[in-house]
Amino acid sequence: MRRAVIAFTAFLGGLFFLLTSSTAAAWAEGEGLKGTLKHQSQPVNGVKISVVDEGGDAVGDDTTDAKGEWAIPVPKAGTYKVTLDQKTLPQGVALKFKDRATLTVQVYEGNQRTVLFAIAAGGGGGPGDAETATPPSESAQYWTRVAQLGFEGLSLGLIIALGAVGLSLIFGTTGLTNFAHGELLTLGAFTAFVFNTAMGLHLLIAAPLAVAVAAVFGYAQDRWFWGVLRRRKTGIISMMIVSIGLAMFLRYTLLFFFGGQGRSYEQYVAQQGIQLGPISATPKSLVAMAIEIAVLILIGLGLLYTRIGKATRAVADNPALAASSGINVDRVVRIVWAAGTATAALAGILLGTTQNLGYQMGLQVLLLMFAGVTLGGLGTAFGALVGSLIVGVFIQVSTLWIPPEMKTVGALVVLIIVLLIRPQGILGRRERIG
Amino acid sequence: MDWTLIISRAAEAGIGTETVIYALAAIGLNVHFGYTGLLNFGQAAFLAVGAYAIAVTVSTFGLPFFLGVAIGLALAIVLALLLGIPTLRLRADYLAIVTIAAAEIVRLVVRAVALRDTFGGTDGLQGFSDSFYSLNPYPAGQYELGSIIGFDHRTMWVLTVGWVLVAISCFLIYLLMKSPWGRVLKAIREDEDAVRSLGKNVFSYKMQSLMIGGVIGSLAGFIFALSRAAVQPDLFSTELTFYAYTVLILGGAARILGPVVGAAIFWALLVLITTGLEEAVRAGVITFITTNQVGAIRFMLVGLGLMLLLIFRPQGIFGDKREIALDAR
Repeated sequence: MRRAVIAFTAFLGGLFFLLTSSTAAAWAEGEGLKGTLKHQSQPVNGVKISVVDEGGDAVGDDTTDAKGEWAIPVPKAGTYKVTLDQKTLPQGVALKFKDRATLTVQVYEGNQRTVLFAIAAGGGGGPGDAETATPPSESAQYWTRVAQLGFEGLSLGLIIALGAVGLSLIFGTTGLTNFAHGELLTLGAFTAFVFNTAMGLHLLIAAPLAVAVAAVFGYAQDRWFWGVLRRRKTGIISMMIVSIGLAMFLRYTLLFFFGGQGRSYEQYVAQQGIQLGPISATPKSLVAMAIEIAVLILIGLGLLYTRIGKATRAVADNPALAASSGINVDRVVRIVWAAGTATAALAGILLGTTQNLGYQMGLQVLLLMFAGVTLGGLGTAFGALVGSLIVGVFIQVSTLWIPPEMKTVGALVVLIIVLLIRPQGILGRRERIG
Repeated sequence: MDWTLIISRAAEAGIGTETVIYALAAIGLNVHFGYTGLLNFGQAAFLAVGAYAIAVTVSTFGLPFFLGVAIGLALAIVLALLLGIPTLRLRADYLAIVTIAAAEIVRLVVRAVALRDTFGGTDGLQGFSDSFYSLNPYPAGQYELGSIIGFDHRTMWVLTVGWVLVAISCFLIYLLMKSPWGRVLKAIREDEDAVRSLGKNVFSYKMQSLMIGGVIGSLAGFIFALSRAAVQPDLFSTELTFYAYTVLILGGAARILGPVVGAAIFWALLVLITTGLEEAVRAGVITFITTNQVGAIRFMLVGLGLMLLLIFRPQGIFGDKREIALDAR
């Protein structure tokens, strides 16, 4: 078994979690798939797991033993689908993510690939699980769910915020509503994916590399594309439609190269959840949230106290005045593009650790980013932050009352209602924007 | 490689159902974007409303077909009101964001499992087009137009109705834009404040424009649903809207026939390229891509085309650069 997670996270109040769990590696001859099913560190036995190859032909199956372990040898390296038979799970235990009963994994030459299924107490955990065995009390359970959903919403909101800050700053400094911003997330996630799988780098190395590549891409994008259009005096609406064309082009270029199926990183695919009071969370999501908070605080401090941050706010306020007081507007815009693309890439990578990578992942977040930005006030960085957090929490908590598949609808409806009541957003200045 | 197949597919696409659907969608957009300067990014929602109105009325509730058509037209007006009230007083980019969000709302609602009994979930609805095809005057059989184009009798009927609708819409837009009402719309596109200072109710004019364009969009939805004899929610994704934008800008915004010519050229070109690529792959001329990837190439080309058009020729083939609202805020 592989050496597993070292999680290190500094949470808002200064809470530190240090989790290490390592197990001795046990190598066997030939390729195979194996894993251990555990629930709250108790092995789960008698669960049937089967493997089929890419063509859908059965390769073999196994039942977890008293230690919760299973192993299925496969004939050669390749892609396999591992399915956990949910009916064989013992009473009171269920898959944490019901839609992830089948995982698609890649097995390399001579590799004993570990496949993990996240197990939760039957009914608890993710949204959409209704039945629970002998609840402690109705209201306590209700508040546990509220806490859990609020936590998940915060985690989603932070990812949205990371993307939305860049979107909002680009809008503030250039006036461009960038419909291709979602694709910047996807692009970042897939760049890390290439470093991670094709070049075999650990995700902890691949992710910063991808963010650096994204920063260069963002800079280049403004230097040789958007900047050129601005100098040609292309209208703001033209540029908006150009960004839609660019989004479509980037999205389907990714489809062209990576195909339509979901991908995942080599590391941190599935993790055992840990219980923090009423909330169950995976270590990776805590680390991701810590990174997001740290980056957002850095951006906030940078905007408030550094020279370039002040210059950025000046340009966002009034480009002509900023230019006449000696600020190099083009340079500021380029830095904003580089930083915005880099944070978008980071958001994409972190999103990719919690869900499958797909060519549409950015598009799905784009509207939520717009909702967050509009809610907070177009063009204000801090407004985008607040708005995104509200949107994220709202989306998750609303699943208490509406079906989970409709949660995005709820957020978008709220966006429209906000425009009716307070079009300048929560933190926007009250001014005529008609 | 089968060149006859490639050419005939492209020629059929140039006058086929796709061209009719996108021509109608783009005529609606032309009223919004070309004449009034409204940035409606949710045209797909109007198509979805039209298509689902027929489908739900007939196959879910078993009511007559023409009632479905009437409901579709009425709902398009309601949708325009719902979109317009919060956004028409705001800046152009707000309208863009709200309309794209509304299109997604419509799509997510009709594909929801919870409403499966009404809208059919992701599978959509079928079996609503019988009374439409029972009116078909063409006897069953294959109809050859010229030597390379051929349609069956069902397609012929859809195309006849479709092109009649396109012609009526174009004529209607021609009359409207020649009228004083149309001149006010164009004035709003050029300078809203000037129009307001002349005592015109800009909000009301914009709302009327949104409604008319939306109703024409729902006509496109009718043809879309009837030509396939089925509706699925994911047909009405945001890509549909942006295809329609590409069609409109290619032909030339703020021109009566711009969307029609744009749609014909767009689909003929697109099908020519994709069928050509597919044939080339099948014949082994091109070996580095698979036929599955050709679908992605098609979207890449549209995206690239949209960008290049906007940058180098925003007026499209027939348009006038001075007449296009690209600098408004």
